[in-house]
Amino acid sequence: MELIWNGITQALSLLLQGNPQVLEIALLSLELSGLATLVALVFGVPFGALLAFKVFPGRGFTVTLVNTGMGVPPVVVGLFVSIVLWRSGPLGFLELLYTPGAIVLAQFIIAFPVITGLTMAALQQIDPKLLLQLKGLGASRIQLVAVLLWETRLPMLAAIIAGFGAVISEVGAVMMVGGNILGHTRVLTTATVLETRRGNFEVAIALGLILLALTFLITWLLTLFQQRSAAR
Amino acid sequence: MPPFGASREEFLIPPLSLQLMACSALLAVPLTLAGCGQARESAEAPEHKAIILATTTSTQDSGLLDELLPLFEEQTGYLVKPIAVGTGEALAMGERGDADVLLAHAPAREKEIVAAGFVINRRIVMHNDFLIVGPEEDPAGIHGSDNGAESVERIAETGTRFTSRGDDSGTHFLEMSLWDAAALDPGGDWYISTGQGMGATLLIAAEMRAYVLTDRATYLALRDRTGLVPHVEGDPLFLNIYSVLEVNPERFPEVNSAGARAFSQFILGREAQEIIRRFGVEQFGQPLFFPDAGKSEESVGAFPRDGPRGLTPAPGRAPDDLTPWS
Repeated sequence: MELIWNGITQALSLLLQGNPQVLEIALLSLELSGLATLVALVFGVPFGALLAFKVFPGRGFTVTLVNTGMGVPPVVVGLFVSIVLWRSGPLGFLELLYTPGAIVLAQFIIAFPVITGLTMAALQQIDPKLLLQLKGLGASRIQLVAVLLWETRLPMLAAIIAGFGAVISEVGAVMMVGGNILGHTRVLTTATVLETRRGNFEVAIALGLILLALTFLITWLLTLFQQRSAAR
Repeated sequence: MPPFGASREEFLIPPLSLQLMACSALLAVPLTLAGCGQARESAEAPEHKAIILATTTSTQDSGLLDELLPLFEEQTGYLVKPIAVGTGEALAMGERGDADVLLAHAPAREKEIVAAGFVINRRIVMHNDFLIVGPEEDPAGIHGSDNGAESVERIAETGTRFTSRGDDSGTHFLEMSLWDAAALDPGGDWYISTGQGMGATLLIAAEMRAYVLTDRATYLALRDRTGLVPHVEGDPLFLNIYSVLEVNPERFPEVNSAGARAFSQFILGREAQEIIRRFGVEQFGQPLFFPDAGKSEESVGAFPRDGPRGLTPAPGRAPDDLTPWS
């Protein structure tokens, strides 16, 4: 128990002092996971909409793939991305391994199916009559998707929360493709692992608490927005 | 308070840390001035800045890299990306050309990949030693032995818990050679293969009240956390030699060979060797590593069997002369 208290006090003192290293690590975590979620949204939402509305050969199979992807172990993603990005691998010439870019790539692969799958599920829940009505009013395809996304903003926010939550809390893949390099690819989760390995449990607890607080804060903001929209 | 990353000061209460910052700033001025010549040289930043250093976990878990790398980066303008993995994986990265320079501690395996032409310029950097640590009550009754093979045999006979790295690391290689020497194939409920790094394995051993073979640096860094005590030390097999190896650019043209050479030269240089010599002395009362630049394997030395065991200085030696077998 004493250890946990020490961890909490240390977390507070790290935050209050504005410890530059901790701030840098926390910011990097936010940046990389935020960027990965954003990219996953940019690709996942249109793809989810496509799967929801368009019938094409192989659609069933693709949906199964996406649904499987929602539960794919991140460490498998990490291994796959590492092998592809090794110098000896097919994309080795990009020199991406052990860079923040590699982390964003791995996190994108983790978040993309989550966001695609939840977008698809959200759009499929829409009453088909609304679709007919919108089409009858002469909405273009883009207008249609825009209206539908607004109509499904509650489940869509849940999709963002799920995607972001999956990547900011991820450690295995980030460790493998990022290498946990201080100042470049060390994020809150990998720093926590390192400090645990070093036996610095107070620091590990402090980092863990900061991660929890950050995740809570962001989820809280999104939830606030979601529930306010719901109340309307 | 435990260190975090490179700078310990950051964890002290604010007023004290300010004082320390002021002090270190004052101290840094002459150092910076002295380093100016080198810094200017490096100002013509190297063409290929990033160096991938595949290293054994002990150099990172003990905190040594945190002392060495910033200095190297400042002096040369390179950017080191240390990837802390077991020696087996570090050497495999060298074999694939996925790293530029390696820090490893499995001499036999290292020589194999040198002979195969994957890496070049293997040079000894430093050494320390392995030891078998375990719970204080010593259930297998091996305390005081200096024979690793006999000790693991006793552990197996009594079925006392033993935690193994199980990860093809340098430490794991040595452990396997101890079982070989005892003509045993370990397995069973008492044999716990963690598959993790040295720090994690020590923590697991502490929780399970098990014996574990460890390098001295990681053990000392975690001693207060684990409460494990040394039982077996001084076996000649326990000598733990760390070498730096450059990945062969003729084999892998994409390797940053200039960076690898610069790192190798740096870590074998006077300044880095002095940092290695002093590292941990203040905190643990004994050094964690002994610098060996320029030495051959033979001259790194065997344990003095009849002399004092472990790293306890012999009576009558100068107190600052802690190097036991060089």
